[in-house]
Amino acid sequence: MQPDNLKIKELEQKAKQIRRNIVAMIAKAGSGHPGGSLSATDAVTALFFSELRYKPDAPLWPGRDRFHMSKGHCAPLWYSVLAEAGFFPKEKLMTLRQLGSMLQGHPDRRTPGVEVASGSLGQGLSVGLGMSLAAKIDKMDYRVYILMGDGEIQEGNIWEAAMACSHYKCDNLCAILDYNGFQIDGKTCAVMNLEPLKDKWLAFGWHAILIDGHNMKEILSAYAEAKTVKDKPTIIIAKTTKGKGVSFMENVCDFHGRAPTKEEAEKALEELK
Amino acid sequence: MAELLYQRDVYGKTLIELGKTNKDVIVLDADLSSSTRTGLFAKEFPERFFNFGVAEQNMMATSAGFASCGKLVFVSTFAIFATGRAWDQVRNTVSYNNFNVKIVATHAGISVGPDGSSHQALEDIALMRVIPNMNIIVPCDGPQTRDAIFAAANNPGPFYVRLGRAKAETIENKGEFKLGRAQELTEGNDVAIFACGILVQEALVAAGELLNKGIKARVINMHTIKPLDRDAVIKAAGQTKGIVVCEEHSVIGGLASSIDEVVAENCPVKTLRVGVRNRYGQSGEPGQLLKEYNLTSFDIVKAAEKILSK
Repeated sequence: MQPDNLKIKELEQKAKQIRRNIVAMIAKAGSGHPGGSLSATDAVTALFFSELRYKPDAPLWPGRDRFHMSKGHCAPLWYSVLAEAGFFPKEKLMTLRQLGSMLQGHPDRRTPGVEVASGSLGQGLSVGLGMSLAAKIDKMDYRVYILMGDGEIQEGNIWEAAMACSHYKCDNLCAILDYNGFQIDGKTCAVMNLEPLKDKWLAFGWHAILIDGHNMKEILSAYAEAKTVKDKPTIIIAKTTKGKGVSFMENVCDFHGRAPTKEEAEKALEELK
Repeated sequence: MAELLYQRDVYGKTLIELGKTNKDVIVLDADLSSSTRTGLFAKEFPERFFNFGVAEQNMMATSAGFASCGKLVFVSTFAIFATGRAWDQVRNTVSYNNFNVKIVATHAGISVGPDGSSHQALEDIALMRVIPNMNIIVPCDGPQTRDAIFAAANNPGPFYVRLGRAKAETIENKGEFKLGRAQELTEGNDVAIFACGILVQEALVAAGELLNKGIKARVINMHTIKPLDRDAVIKAAGQTKGIVVCEEHSVIGGLASSIDEVVAENCPVKTLRVGVRNRYGQSGEPGQLLKEYNLTSFDIVKAAEKILSK
């Protein structure tokens, strides 16, 4: 069964546990993307432990709310949340990226709870659009949540989807943008500027909410607000810190796609106690 | 004169047939619904038709979202855009998930005509064939288009169905259509001619001309490119003196390559390719272009004679 909704303090504790999982599993794998996994942890933790409807023992239950991680390189966050929510045993987390593992380097359908593969950026919002329109055809009341990265929205496909989501009035769809300000080659403002970000989404016909993506109270109230919006999709632009929770990873571009060494992992886990 | 039909007219009508019996059928298009004829379905079932505007990548990835919710999704645009513009979406988000998405693309091949190179897909079969899970059907005429659409609908997983722009002459007595099973249209043990799409008709004309010269050609309609009917290839290689492969596509990566791969691994025999030889298309009337690119019955006869002269 689905775990009970957590209160703010409990969500913060859960997020810390999930961050520990992320650091440990990437360190064990020896490769992976800690920075963006850690920055999006709070928003995704709040979603799975206070917002979404799902049945971990029946992952394809038709009434489930849909979650899709468009920025697939943050798979360790997704896997960690799924394991904590009971979709599969937590021991499996330590098989990340190993030959034959159900936890691939980027998400795919061999993981219980993952319905659509991702990894090639820019396609997840379209996937959400299809889910949203399917709900409308079937007169189902499930909601669709799509996590995107900030560097990711440089992909043209995102804006094709953004236009279509508002054209089709997808008010059952909520996008979450993990705005940590970094991508592989450096700061987003230096590599390819995204600003004025909120204005762009407003111009595309979306309801946009700007929040502190590490403040559970703001996260929960944004999810609540999104559900009240009619006739347009909502985007929650979550201002976050890349590598959040581990002092020497925070805002360090190198940790976008590098695993911590054994020593670094020990230090990180100490900080996340 | 045999019946002439637009394959895309048949497609549009078949979609309506399917839509009436299966409420999970939905149809997507990217601003070409009048050309692809998905507009016929849109008129009948507006609530199950979605136009995404000129945005093929979004359309393709959206089809995956629909399919994940149990929908039987038909996605249409021109072949060049479906397979080229949206290739990454097809590979990573449709086919990797093995979703029930049926890509039915029209305006494939050189016979698109006056629109010229940018609109003439000559690489689409190659692009789809390398993707695991993908099935490929190239029907030869109007009636076979209906068979192909039903086969795609009734078999799970992703399909690419390749249709032309121009009218196609209906070929009689093809026998039953079975996915992955080639159709032998004429008997003969001198030379085998494999063809798909509108070149099946050219192959039949060529076989007639060859017969006048005392050469018996076995014409085989290879409507399913993937999964390929390997047995038909191996049998033909063993029973004839060589194989000619004809397609309105690049000689690289399409039907000819598929057959050459089977031949090389199992039954080495001379094969010659009638196809577009590493060139872009250009403007012209379909008939003129087939001549310019050496895709006519004349070229097929020449290839067959070359095999027999060795």
